[in-house]
Amino acid sequence: MGGWAIAVHGGAGIDPSLPLQRQEEACQALLSALHLGISALRSASSAVDVVELVVRELELNPLFNSGCGSALTAQGTVEMDASIMDGSTRKCGAVSGLSTVKNPISLARLVMDKSPHAYLAFDGAEAFARQHGAEIVDTSFFIIEENVIRLKQAKEAKSIQFDYRLPSKGWDTCASEAEQMVQMNGVPISLYSPETVGCVVVDALGRCAAATSTGGLINKMCGRIGDSPLIGAGTYACNICAVSATGEGEAIIRATLARDVAALMEFKGISLKEAVDCAIHERLEDGKGGLIAVSNDGHVICGFNTTGMFRALATEDGHMEVGLWD
Amino acid sequence: MCAFVFWEGGYQVRELENDPNFNAGRGSVLTSQGTVEMEACIMDGTTMKCGAVSGLSTVVNAISLARLVMEKTPHIYLAFDGAEAFAREQGVETVDPNHFVTPENIERLEQAKEANRVQIDFTQPAKGDIRKENAEANGGDSQIGTVGCVALDSHGNLASATSTGGLVNKMVGRIGDTPVIGAGTYANSYCAVSATGKGEAIIKATVAREVAALMEYKGLSLKEAAAYVIEEKVAKGNAGLVAVSANGEVTMPFNTTGMFRACATEDGHSEISIWN
Repeated sequence: MGGWAIAVHGGAGIDPSLPLQRQEEACQALLSALHLGISALRSASSAVDVVELVVRELELNPLFNSGCGSALTAQGTVEMDASIMDGSTRKCGAVSGLSTVKNPISLARLVMDKSPHAYLAFDGAEAFARQHGAEIVDTSFFIIEENVIRLKQAKEAKSIQFDYRLPSKGWDTCASEAEQMVQMNGVPISLYSPETVGCVVVDALGRCAAATSTGGLINKMCGRIGDSPLIGAGTYACNICAVSATGEGEAIIRATLARDVAALMEFKGISLKEAVDCAIHERLEDGKGGLIAVSNDGHVICGFNTTGMFRALATEDGHMEVGLWD
Repeated sequence: MCAFVFWEGGYQVRELENDPNFNAGRGSVLTSQGTVEMEACIMDGTTMKCGAVSGLSTVVNAISLARLVMEKTPHIYLAFDGAEAFAREQGVETVDPNHFVTPENIERLEQAKEANRVQIDFTQPAKGDIRKENAEANGGDSQIGTVGCVALDSHGNLASATSTGGLVNKMVGRIGDTPVIGAGTYANSYCAVSATGKGEAIIKATVAREVAALMEYKGLSLKEAAAYVIEEKVAKGNAGLVAVSANGEVTMPFNTTGMFRACATEDGHSEISIWN
């Protein structure tokens, strides 16, 4: 193999009854972001520049749960998370709790490039954005009508799993009913907003990079941080591979999913495909998530154990695919 | 940092948080704005459940709030205003933010600002910093640090907890390695690890998970795995850790100038030290 490779995802855990038109729109948006990345790779952009560029594009698309179109917290606000990692230097940047920064992934990049730190959150991250002239918009820019309705429905659904204030006894009695519905993160899948976005790239020089951006979980508690900004969980890159994960944040954090793909390759000497299979099917609880990954020798792969994952991928030798289901 | 084998580890980190000689709880170092933003993380290696908090300014025991996040919420990690609101909802002990600010840390911040640097919490004072040297001669101690504890109980359960005030003169909103599962804190069925040092270096090396991954995927012993991570994976001067394995092995390597550490095992062995 060798040569460049790129993959993008738009979230794992898709409602099987998602309207076909919506499925088609999401695939088109992923393909268009993929092509943007391919053009940049053809003009010799570095892996870390390409993942930022592609995720910026997806953040601006209201179809996805990141940037504009972010899922709302229990208070109806947005708190966006993102992270980026450059595998060749293992430098990384992450942000959490953003409510006015137009492109969270670019702020994560600024944290990586311009601060002495790797991770800034909430007010401090917002202040840093202003200091460095990141583009700021009114928070209403991120809130779309569809998500306001979804939040209302999620609250009405009063998912037992999700409401930590209910006694555990109530949980038991409703468990069998809850299990009959397809759920993600304790909400019916029809309300779950899976569409976290991510991109992984290996460039022609074999440098790997990963980026992930999300609005997080619908109806989340204010202040909740998921896997996306956590290096090793939602995002990881080193000199061997780059990984961006998506799904139930808590399960991905416990599994240190992105790092585990790299650790399996590094310490067990197995291939990218074997490492992804192992991470998804043996490390991650079933039904909880998926990931995209590239290796420094130009391989690209996706894996998931949810009902579907929005993804698209391409390699320098002309292979390209886009899909939602298995 | 401490390691316990066959001991009940639950209250150890709380004890350390309440000691102003350590950079956690009362004694936390200050941000560039002179405020305190504490963070903590706990993980149960048996269930793989974990809880983390960041950006706390009023909660007396950050580690106990991390435990509540683990046990009482559907989430793992709460930060800043949302974490403070959760603390109030749960009725944990809170105090005025000034409670955590000690005169020593105000001085430390001033020095860091004069030197225009973000200071690792246990960095030695810059050469020629006479005032600081005097402070040390007077019993001041710059070698204070993040606190952490790993434990293996008599049922074979492993757990890890870490708590910190972060870096002196850190930017407001900065999150370090401590609350990041796999970086500053990690536990599974093989081992429990709590790391300390330069957060940014520990995050990019995913230090705590790395120790466990080396045992799990490469078959190394705890000592071999921890030594490898500290020597090969983190730049010199940046990190130390305490770790305990399922078979009761304890290790406490570091590549900094020193690390406060103690360990005890059920058979009566105990040690406490700072330097090599």
